[in-house]
Amino acid sequence: MSTPIVKIENLYKYFDISGGFLEKLQIRSGKISLHTTEVKAVNGVSLEVASGETLAVVGESGCGKSTLARTVMGLYPPTSGKVLYRGERIDTLSARQMLPYRQRMQMIFQDPYASLNPRKSVRSTLEEPLRFHRKKISSKEVDERLAEVMEQVGVNPAWRDRFPHEFSGGQRQRIAIARALVIDPEFIVADEPVSALDVSIQAQILNLMMDAQDERGLTYLFITHDLSVVRHVASRVAVMYLGTLCELSVTRELYETPRHPYTQALLSAIPRVDGKKQNHIKLPGEIPTPIDLPSGCVFHGRCIHADERCKRESPQLLKVSDSSGSLVACHGVAEGRL
Amino acid sequence: MSLLEVNNLEVIFALRHGDLVALNDVSFTLDKRERLGVVGESGAGKSVTGFAVINLISKPGRISKGTILFDGKRLDRLSEREMRHIRGNRIAMIFQDPMMTLNPVLTIGTQMVETLRAHRKISKKDAAKIAIAKLELVHIPSPERRLAQYPHEFSGGMRQRIVIAIALLTDPAIIIADEPTTALDVTIQAEIMDLLLELCNTQDMGLMLITHDLGVVAEVTERVMVMYAGKVIEVAKTSDLVASPMHPYTKGLINALPGHGECDEENRLQQIPGSMPNLTEIAPGCSFHPRCEFCQDICTREVPELRSLAGMDERKVSCHFAGTEQMQ
Amino acid sequence: MQTRRQKIKESYLLYSFKRDKVAMVSFTILAILLLAALFAPLLAPYNPYDTASIDIMDSEIPPSWTEEGDSRFFLGTDIQGRDLVSTMLYGLRISVMIGIGAVILQALIGIAVGLVSGYFGGRIDAVLMRIADVQLSFSTLMVAIIVSAIVQIAFGVGRYEQLAVPILIVIIGIAEWPQYARTVRASVLGEKNKEYVEAARVIGLDSRRIMFSHILPNTLSPVLVISTVQVANAVMSEAALSFLGLGMPVTKPSIGSLIDAGFEYIFSGAWWITFFPAVLLIVFILVINLLGDWLRDVLNPKLYKG
Repeated sequence: MSTPIVKIENLYKYFDISGGFLEKLQIRSGKISLHTTEVKAVNGVSLEVASGETLAVVGESGCGKSTLARTVMGLYPPTSGKVLYRGERIDTLSARQMLPYRQRMQMIFQDPYASLNPRKSVRSTLEEPLRFHRKKISSKEVDERLAEVMEQVGVNPAWRDRFPHEFSGGQRQRIAIARALVIDPEFIVADEPVSALDVSIQAQILNLMMDAQDERGLTYLFITHDLSVVRHVASRVAVMYLGTLCELSVTRELYETPRHPYTQALLSAIPRVDGKKQNHIKLPGEIPTPIDLPSGCVFHGRCIHADERCKRESPQLLKVSDSSGSLVACHGVAEGRL
Repeated sequence: MSLLEVNNLEVIFALRHGDLVALNDVSFTLDKRERLGVVGESGAGKSVTGFAVINLISKPGRISKGTILFDGKRLDRLSEREMRHIRGNRIAMIFQDPMMTLNPVLTIGTQMVETLRAHRKISKKDAAKIAIAKLELVHIPSPERRLAQYPHEFSGGMRQRIVIAIALLTDPAIIIADEPTTALDVTIQAEIMDLLLELCNTQDMGLMLITHDLGVVAEVTERVMVMYAGKVIEVAKTSDLVASPMHPYTKGLINALPGHGECDEENRLQQIPGSMPNLTEIAPGCSFHPRCEFCQDICTREVPELRSLAGMDERKVSCHFAGTEQMQ
Repeated sequence: MQTRRQKIKESYLLYSFKRDKVAMVSFTILAILLLAALFAPLLAPYNPYDTASIDIMDSEIPPSWTEEGDSRFFLGTDIQGRDLVSTMLYGLRISVMIGIGAVILQALIGIAVGLVSGYFGGRIDAVLMRIADVQLSFSTLMVAIIVSAIVQIAFGVGRYEQLAVPILIVIIGIAEWPQYARTVRASVLGEKNKEYVEAARVIGLDSRRIMFSHILPNTLSPVLVISTVQVANAVMSEAALSFLGLGMPVTKPSIGSLIDAGFEYIFSGAWWITFFPAVLLIVFILVINLLGDWLRDVLNPKLYKG
């Protein structure tokens, strides 16, 4: 593999939710101490996104996939770890130093009703990134660029002076995609881009995103909870649970031979249209809070295969076999028990 | 005779621009112990159908035509007081968001006991016993202890289980579940689906499952009706519908599913162009015709009837060309 | 299609306006009062500031329809012999000027503070909001009493008469800005986590531009609503100050100082000097509040359904 377009190295992101100074004060065994409560959203994730691929990050709510996406985009500073863009470290850059990268990486959001400013027309929404990043651009060029991009995402350029509330959800998502595409980025983080849309619209948006990828050679980091969507769009899949990576694999491989017990449970839970009765793997217990992470493997409390080692030692993401290149973080798989 | 029979139901919302027809000539039946799926995209009228059955259409909406027969009674004619004996008692409802049903400031126990005592004259002690039994039915561990807890002490999946337990309290004949798994994660969705299936089999209960998710419908229901722009456009046994959809919309919907539909060589999903019309601007003739690839002249003029197809008695389609050669 | 959007908006505003009789009546009365105040110099039969035209012999003439009334003075005259109608018109003018001026000042301070506080959060937020709390814990009257007392001593009563209007605007403006700051902060907190703000950050826009160009326009509805109520409040505050003798001087009376001036004579039988300005004040405040209520209902996004 050549230099990855984006490289995430041992990324941690904690959120302090303990509030003000007074709420941090606690008395424990007769001593007054400052105690902070942290949500450990991302815990030591390392990933590489290769140029031109679609890497999907899947997981259930609270697994840290959206936090990961926003940390990569520089919306949150990481607690520790690095984010590299084409080999350059970007997580420590100032807002000004970050500007050149802002043109090359863009983001598409989940809710097309919230991601467009209701008080701005389509024109001003799309113009803003263009005029901001290309100060010298002429009005004529802006107009042409807008028409071109709107044409590409399938929104009639004649509607450019309309406001978001005049469009349906699918059309709004098209406009949001146009906003991301207008400054010609090479890397796009898509955070649940079709989750809020109806089935027939989902297909339109997925096709649109794949067409844009073909035409512009885009790279996607695709965040979603929907495993059927992943199977369709992704070249590789990373499965997350409680802020850590469980399995990273080529899409076909993952769906045919899921190795991590959590991946297996996740795949078995997808409702199938073909009516074949599925045996859903039941996970005992519930997802622990990301405030107090379990010791050892974060999944051990819900895993039927867990043994003493799983409770003590957290597993590393290891290569399973030389042929597939799949990485799995599970003692059971590493020991050959599973 | 079916347990629930809805005939030619029409629901109108009186808005300032004029009347908006939310449901147009909707007819269906639900037998004892039957599991019926109601599928459609947002704005199709599937939730309104559920609310109409239990007469919960709020102003400015009203049922303007049609009949709803439940157990031989005309539900659309009942007074609000009589209706309260049916609603939450013989017909229960589950919503997408459990917090719509649960009161955040009362314990689970209080809510369950009060619900029960609103419908039956029993002591608190007996009511609590029933509540515990129902919590066991939905597989909530150590139910006695759980009765004293508040809704926020439960996870999303557990809350939905509790809502189902509350719905079960009065041993209803029908449960109407409006997107009961949409807000949940896949693994929990799978658990709730399994639970609903199990309960239908053991509790002598019918289920009307309203959802946008064809996968959920395929796993849980026996029969399904597909809605589009306030109308029923196809009714069939679930397995038949999924295997061979007849209406072009249903076809498109199934083919558009990622991971299921057929893709062309470039791995593109088959898509239905356009989007569901606003109920104020429904096209004349067949409401689907602007998006339909088989659209002919007649489709723009004449409204297709929901008709049975030759040789398929359980199946109804509202399309001029369903089953004919043009559609192949 | 800017016009198209405005049409839709206007049509909804207009629609609910037409359906609401209270709003229509309130609006009509308010419009008449504001126009009357604006064109007071043209409408008023006499100029109450022109000492040459005032005759002390005309003082305390009751309204024209009473027995001792004088047809020249419809609502009678005050203690200095000024025509009450004219004085009230000029007084309303001053009251409205102070009210609107104070609200503009409040809004400028409050919106800026609210935006910064809500957007940046953390320590900046804590400091600014504590300042607002401190400000709110002083009553407007107390601040006004201290400031105007100091100013009167510092500049002398003569200068004070000239400076009264701007001083009152500043006093009332400064006393009430926390209302705006809190309202704006609350809606900024609601808006700043929306995805369109994140989208703006992904583009690389700086905080100032995000605050003013993206968030601010989306917080203006509640600002508009409280502005109506705040104008009413400011007029009330001014009236209260004047009534206590701390506001407008008798030579240049506002509604409040008119009420105050007449109050001394209410027991000697000259009830009208206080009564008519009081009624005017009550009607003015009432219609503004009714309109504010209506506006709040209309702009409430939860009720806003096309």
